[in-house]
Amino acid sequence: MTTSVASLPAAFRPRQVLSWLGVAPFFLFATLFLILPTLNIVLGAFRNAEGQVTLDNLGKLLAPSIRSAFWISIELSLLTAVLGCLFGFLIAAAITLGGLPRPLRSAILTFSGVASNFAGVPLAFAFIATLGRLGLVTMLLRHWFGINLYGAGFNIVSFLGLALTYLYFQIPLMVLIITPALEGLRREWREAAESLGANGFQYWRLVALPVLWPSLLGTLALLFANAFGAVATAIALTGSSLSIAPIVLFAQIRGDVLNDPHLGYAIAFAMILLTAIANAIYILLRMRAERWVK
Amino acid sequence: MTERRLWSWLAVALGGLYFLLPLVGMFDFSMRMQRDGYSFEAYRVVLADPQFQQTFGYSVVLALLTIALGILIVVPTAYFVRLRFPGLRPIVEFLTLLPLVIPPIVIVFGYIRIYNTSSVLPLTGSWWGTNLLLLFGYATLSLPYMYRSVDTGLRTIDIGSLTEAAQSLGAGWARILAVVILPNVFVSVLSGAFLTFAIVIGEYVFAALLNVGSFGPYMVWMGGNRAYEPSALAVVAFAITWACMGLIQLFTRFSKFSTVRR
Repeated sequence: MTTSVASLPAAFRPRQVLSWLGVAPFFLFATLFLILPTLNIVLGAFRNAEGQVTLDNLGKLLAPSIRSAFWISIELSLLTAVLGCLFGFLIAAAITLGGLPRPLRSAILTFSGVASNFAGVPLAFAFIATLGRLGLVTMLLRHWFGINLYGAGFNIVSFLGLALTYLYFQIPLMVLIITPALEGLRREWREAAESLGANGFQYWRLVALPVLWPSLLGTLALLFANAFGAVATAIALTGSSLSIAPIVLFAQIRGDVLNDPHLGYAIAFAMILLTAIANAIYILLRMRAERWVK
Repeated sequence: MTERRLWSWLAVALGGLYFLLPLVGMFDFSMRMQRDGYSFEAYRVVLADPQFQQTFGYSVVLALLTIALGILIVVPTAYFVRLRFPGLRPIVEFLTLLPLVIPPIVIVFGYIRIYNTSSVLPLTGSWWGTNLLLLFGYATLSLPYMYRSVDTGLRTIDIGSLTEAAQSLGAGWARILAVVILPNVFVSVLSGAFLTFAIVIGEYVFAALLNVGSFGPYMVWMGGNRAYEPSALAVVAFAITWACMGLIQLFTRFSKFSTVRR
């Protein structure tokens, strides 16, 4: 089809031009609203107010307040990515390999689709209504078991509270991504391992996990990026009392008139760098994983 | 075997507890506005609030416009890339995935720097410009979902033959796209559209940083100033997400059914 068009020269040229016109809006759009804005930030991170090339802005990232904000963000993203992977894996394993009724399986997958998209402001409200000072679980624990969560130092507006909230979209994302990988584990592999005398633990350690690890590690990277870029949930939950990188950037943009815009560039650039690395790891490992899971 | 099933049930039960409790908590809290028992008072207050009606209506319109813009950009691109420029495919795929890689807050920061009042294209200077910028921003956020669903839809039909048939009957490109291709990938377009709707309706960061009074900033404002209404809003938002996902499932199943019959 393509070759026949290519071999017909002059007469069909206008058609080729028209095809280009078909994709031109997309490229124009992507340039104006995706590439140029990002490029502006990246270049701005290496320029000072006079437009000279400098590394000063990136140096400002090492200031204690900025550094600690990034550190908390990385810890939060890493913790929720690891726990999200772990719990998501357990749930995915339970519904694929655990012999549960099929309707339950599809119900959980549908719910995961909803929950992984139920991030942002409403999610924060749901957790405040549940684990806030007057939340359902807080009250039930006090009335039924005499446990005073807030007396024990718990607060939903904290690192722990934020981590608990993030898991609500991290775990379902893991379930959605890892379930197909688990379904790709062939029954024959397990039977072969068992016929050679392997027990369940040996099968997982020597057969299943080596096949799955690119998927697991790749998803870990994806969940990391997913948590790192989340802003709305954190703002709705904590206001700006917990200083994580996206919230610092948010405050920086809002107060741009007073603050140093080039510090904002540097923070944004560092965020792009971290999420880009995480996503690159995800894509590379995913390509590796696809060799096995077909 | 039975032992494994026991552990599986345990994992699902604990997971169910974690995932259902916040929903129950949110619903329970939203019903407790009146002291003497459960009521829908918080919902009544929220729905009667003119601010709610205005911001929610605004976000719905914006979401629909985003979907329309997304279709206009994505369908021709995905079609021509498949039909004429297979070589462009990796580039287009990479570009459409970028909004998932670059945090939204960084993209909107770039907008503010490029399209501010002292730039060549001062979009943030006027009401129309700001709304247009927000619309383009949301279309950018929806690119990954739109492109992937449309492209998956195109894969299942023979666009080469359809195009030749339409051309031999004398149809031009616009007509082919609107009358032949779009109806054939309509279900895929719809699933991308519902996902876009779910994302745009409660979006906060873009709207807040561009100073637009949409549903997302309204929810955050309520969260800071009221007790029970935020939970009612969260229930509404959750219901919308459910509806969108449910409709996607429904249409996908329906399309499988119709493909089998064909």
